[in-house]
Amino acid sequence: MQKLNKNFLAIGAGFVFLVMAVLPWIINDEYMLELVIIFLINVLMATSYRLVTTTGDWSFCHMILVGSGAYATGLISKELGISVWLSIPLAAGVAALVGRAFIYPLLRTVGFGFFIASFAVGEFVRLVWIKFQIPFGGTRGMIGIEPPVLGNIIFYFATPYYLMTLVLVAVSLIAMYRLEKSPIGNVWKSVYEDPELAESVGIDVAKARTQAFTIGSFFAGLAGALLAHRNGSIDPSVFDINAMVLLVIWVVVGGSHTIWGPILGVIAMTLIAEFSRPLLEWRPLIYGSILIITLLFMPDGLEGLIERVSRLFARGKQQVTPKES
Amino acid sequence: MSILELRDVSKRYGGVAALDGLDLQICDGEIRGIIGPNGAGKTTLFNVVTGTQRPTSGEILYNGENIAGLHPSSLARKGLVRSFQRPAVFGSFTVLENLEIAEYVRYGETPLEGIFGLGKSKELRSEKRALEILDFMDLTPFKDEAAANLAHGHQKSVGIAAALAVQPKVLMMDEPVAGMNPTETRHTTEIIRRVRDELGITVLLVEHDMRTVMKLCDNITVLNFGQKLAEGLPKEIRENNEVIEAYLGVEDDVA
Repeated sequence: MQKLNKNFLAIGAGFVFLVMAVLPWIINDEYMLELVIIFLINVLMATSYRLVTTTGDWSFCHMILVGSGAYATGLISKELGISVWLSIPLAAGVAALVGRAFIYPLLRTVGFGFFIASFAVGEFVRLVWIKFQIPFGGTRGMIGIEPPVLGNIIFYFATPYYLMTLVLVAVSLIAMYRLEKSPIGNVWKSVYEDPELAESVGIDVAKARTQAFTIGSFFAGLAGALLAHRNGSIDPSVFDINAMVLLVIWVVVGGSHTIWGPILGVIAMTLIAEFSRPLLEWRPLIYGSILIITLLFMPDGLEGLIERVSRLFARGKQQVTPKES
Repeated sequence: MSILELRDVSKRYGGVAALDGLDLQICDGEIRGIIGPNGAGKTTLFNVVTGTQRPTSGEILYNGENIAGLHPSSLARKGLVRSFQRPAVFGSFTVLENLEIAEYVRYGETPLEGIFGLGKSKELRSEKRALEILDFMDLTPFKDEAAANLAHGHQKSVGIAAALAVQPKVLMMDEPVAGMNPTETRHTTEIIRRVRDELGITVLLVEHDMRTVMKLCDNITVLNFGQKLAEGLPKEIRENNEVIEAYLGVEDDVA
């Protein structure tokens, strides 16, 4: 039964990937493709954020780690003149290092304290970007971050950049999914459920939290690097508290029990953002209401809603299953 | 030979000494009970030995090695494992998974091994031992049930089973029969005795239920005001006047 489910999942995911791989030739619309690129990057941000929360650490500095990746790839490719193909993975590594530095003091806090303290350390880094013209460019940020080039394919165009993003995001998602299904994923979950009990059965809670935070930071940095090379420019306001709140909304609306939750959240909120375009000035109000409604009526997010509905349909079958005594 | 030894251990909170120069020796293979009136320092002693709190001064020797101030997780990996007074389980895990988590830790995988599925734990992980422990604890019928759905008493059993899965040499139990009815108490007492007899694990327990302590323990240590008041066989403790006084108080009208 479980194996069947697994195969079904793999086939389904493979099918979605194939459809997305030929998407540029199906929709043939630069603007739409541009949206899908941003959507994919947002998916990576949201899923990497959820990875951190699996140990129970809801941080409020994830966008700063995204920004660290973005600034890092900008500096490495522009100032040091290193190939973009190298600077993107390097940027993810830099973000992981920044995350590693963040988590060290943050380990002393849990729950709400962690949330606030992470905001503080993140804001410190963001103020550094604003204060230092050299090398970060101050409030105006960095411009002229070149897209990669491969032979005569220029990734400035949407289609090649889209395909590159799709592959990188897909690989990241598979890596995160497998990590969560591996013993390490279970260790992280146990830390979330009961840190005291986890310690008593030999789990080093500090180490587990550090691992999850650092790995989440790595993928956040990757998302940031992809964002920087797509937009060509970045500035500190891209990674400010508004962006962070939106990130939290994605994960809360979608649900955080599985990796699918944040993906659902990003899909839902992207659709809402597109359709609420005429109501631009009302957007914060709309987003805020959505967050509150979600918290009140579906605390497990869209993913929990889907599970509840499917259980409703499966109820008839359940009763037949004999109970082992 | 003593497997666990406390030498002149003190724990102070400001001016108050919860433990005051305590010396204690636990022999390999015994069941030792720690009792005492409220505020005697039992819980502090438990926390200090399990690594939850760091002693202010003194040495805690485990197989001759000073372990004072080490984290609970490293103590657990050394074989010094605790169980909880509350029914502590990983609720969303099945009963079997609750036991297996200890095995994952033993083979400590790196994240990359996890991503590529190269970890050793999958092959080395023997469900067999976890199943044996479940059988030992009479939990086999529940092995695939989510731990959160079990009854209170069964959850406590799962807690003990999970502690056994860590392969302890010393099992430290915080009020193992607290909140249990007489049947459950008898069952748990039986299990603790079998843990020692059949698995050869030294047991150190802090308990309020005097009848259980008297029946179960080989030796009993009585604490009062952070110091050792008495130590000996259950029979000796029962007849010790100082202990009776500490529990019941001294009558004032001596004159």
